[in-house]
Amino acid sequence: MPEITYREAVRDALAGAMRKDEDVFIMGEDIAEMGGSMGVTQGLLDEFGPERVRNTPISEMAIVGAGIGAAMAGMRPVVEIMYEDFLTLSLEQIVNQAAKHRYMSGGQIKVPLTIRTQGGAGWSPGAQHAQQLEAWLVHIPGLKVAYPSTAEDVRGLLWTSIYDDNPVIFFEHRLLYPVKGDVPDELEPIPLGKARTIREGTDVTVIAIGPLVHRSIEAAERAAEEGISVEVIDPRTLQPLDEAALVESVKKTNRVVVAHEAVTRMGFGAEVAAVLQYQAFDYLDAPIERVGARFAPLAFAPVMEQFVVPDADDVLAAIRRTVGK
Amino acid sequence: MAKVEKRRALNEETLRDFLREMLLIRRFEEKVEERFRAGELPGFLHVAIGQEAVAVGVCQAMEDGDTFASTHRAHGHTLARGTSPNALMAELYGKIEGCSHGYGGSMHLYDVERGNYGANAVIGGGLPAVTGAGLAYKLRDEPRVALAFFGDGTTNIGTFHESLNLAQLWKTKTVFVCENNHWAESTPGWQHSPVWDDMSKRALAFDMRSIKVDGQDVEAVYEAAHEALEFARSGEGPVFLDVETYRMHGHYIGDPQVYRSKEDRQRAADHDPITRLRDRLGLADEEFDSFDAQAHEIVDAALEFAQNGTDPQPEDALKNVYA
Repeated sequence: MPEITYREAVRDALAGAMRKDEDVFIMGEDIAEMGGSMGVTQGLLDEFGPERVRNTPISEMAIVGAGIGAAMAGMRPVVEIMYEDFLTLSLEQIVNQAAKHRYMSGGQIKVPLTIRTQGGAGWSPGAQHAQQLEAWLVHIPGLKVAYPSTAEDVRGLLWTSIYDDNPVIFFEHRLLYPVKGDVPDELEPIPLGKARTIREGTDVTVIAIGPLVHRSIEAAERAAEEGISVEVIDPRTLQPLDEAALVESVKKTNRVVVAHEAVTRMGFGAEVAAVLQYQAFDYLDAPIERVGARFAPLAFAPVMEQFVVPDADDVLAAIRRTVGK
Repeated sequence: MAKVEKRRALNEETLRDFLREMLLIRRFEEKVEERFRAGELPGFLHVAIGQEAVAVGVCQAMEDGDTFASTHRAHGHTLARGTSPNALMAELYGKIEGCSHGYGGSMHLYDVERGNYGANAVIGGGLPAVTGAGLAYKLRDEPRVALAFFGDGTTNIGTFHESLNLAQLWKTKTVFVCENNHWAESTPGWQHSPVWDDMSKRALAFDMRSIKVDGQDVEAVYEAAHEALEFARSGEGPVFLDVETYRMHGHYIGDPQVYRSKEDRQRAADHDPITRLRDRLGLADEEFDSFDAQAHEIVDAALEFAQNGTDPQPEDALKNVYA
């Protein structure tokens, strides 16, 4: 199995789809010569040319909306929103248009559009370049939402997203781009709505997304040294959500921690907690613990940023609380 | 501005067909007003009475395969592009037989088979999509054009500027049809735009070709739209069609128009496009009345069809969320 970075895995999926299919093209700010603000699309201009690797003006509504129109016309565009904070500028097109054309038309229209974006704390980008807004999009019927945490998952899920006939909001995390992981020799599509059990355990289930998957693995290893056996599950897609896998794990461990980098309040973890308390109420031996960012915008000063964003210590503390330690 | 081809002259028979179509739209919308006031129609309804020549002139100039996005004021565009009055009226009644199968309503009329990719209830909401569709037609080298209808109020929203900029930059196969009726809901043009009396200046800012046309003259609209569509179809770039028109009624059905003077309403009435075309054709009362009677018949049949349509099951609300 070759080992590649998360960044290379995204590029691999894009290039693979573009090689296979003339209807796939990409557009976004600075994605051509520069290769994107995170270098994800480097080299694609050389291979596919400026018709299919399109630099756009700084126009988030038009980037997403042009993607919608091209998708309705039968293509499979992948658009990039440079920072997920800028999704806010395109939300009208995402929420009112992409998510609803199929519905409002009574099933006449398909919008096979993929919207890639990235964000996350860790570089002190400040309050407008590091938010985690995935929960906003999960709230909208008609959208699918993916948030992979490994090279293998990001490659397989991006492929599936491109070939899904619905709009998919595809979240990537900035700190994950250089992280290496094993991938299959040939790209293997991964279905949307299928969780991955990353680590098996018997005492506590940690349900984590994005960078918190990695921090939870670290926390689980440290918990093991204390005699606590932790299972780590990554839902990978937030809509559709593999509720059955989460419920099954909780029935085994009876304790749950949900963890993400987004603000805890009204975060994705709130929905997971609601699902689990309803479907596995009788199996729960402790309150469901939530780990997420504190309720503040992200500060610039590194010490403040680190204070707001959860790390492995926070996950470990939550694990300990669920087992009464 | 270079002409791409000579004006297509319309013969009188074709103009008579246009008149019949405009009359159908007028009578259809009058019936909609009546049934709304009778409490039969749910939702928000907006009629385009006075703007029929724009709908008919533009839609008649479109080719099979062309697509369009419309607005909350979409009955005329939808009928003029060939959606059956039965399917349209059924949609307004929320019936399965409706052109959006009861999922859309007056502000979300769709008919993909006839190129209608959706009436939009968000001002400017469809403009980025016609830019993207026009890009797709260009990338695939298809002889198709994506067209958007919108009003003067739209020229102040971000999607308008982002879309025109992108369309011109990429020379997409797109036509932007600005129906300038001088009202953004209750706000007159002079209160909402510094260029309210010459919207072409907006296109100028993007170096986009524009064509100005009198929207009450269906022949002129048809010719201008044809020219715009063929220019866009050729791949040379998008066109901004600056159409001056009049909204004879309120923003929505039931709008008391307290913001509007009697004189302004009279001015709109004096520019009725149906009267104008009738005069142009020199139609005798007898012929006009027979056209009108036919329009009434079609509308009455559509009403009966809609009133006898099938209600969706409540749980159908959970269908069509995903493809």
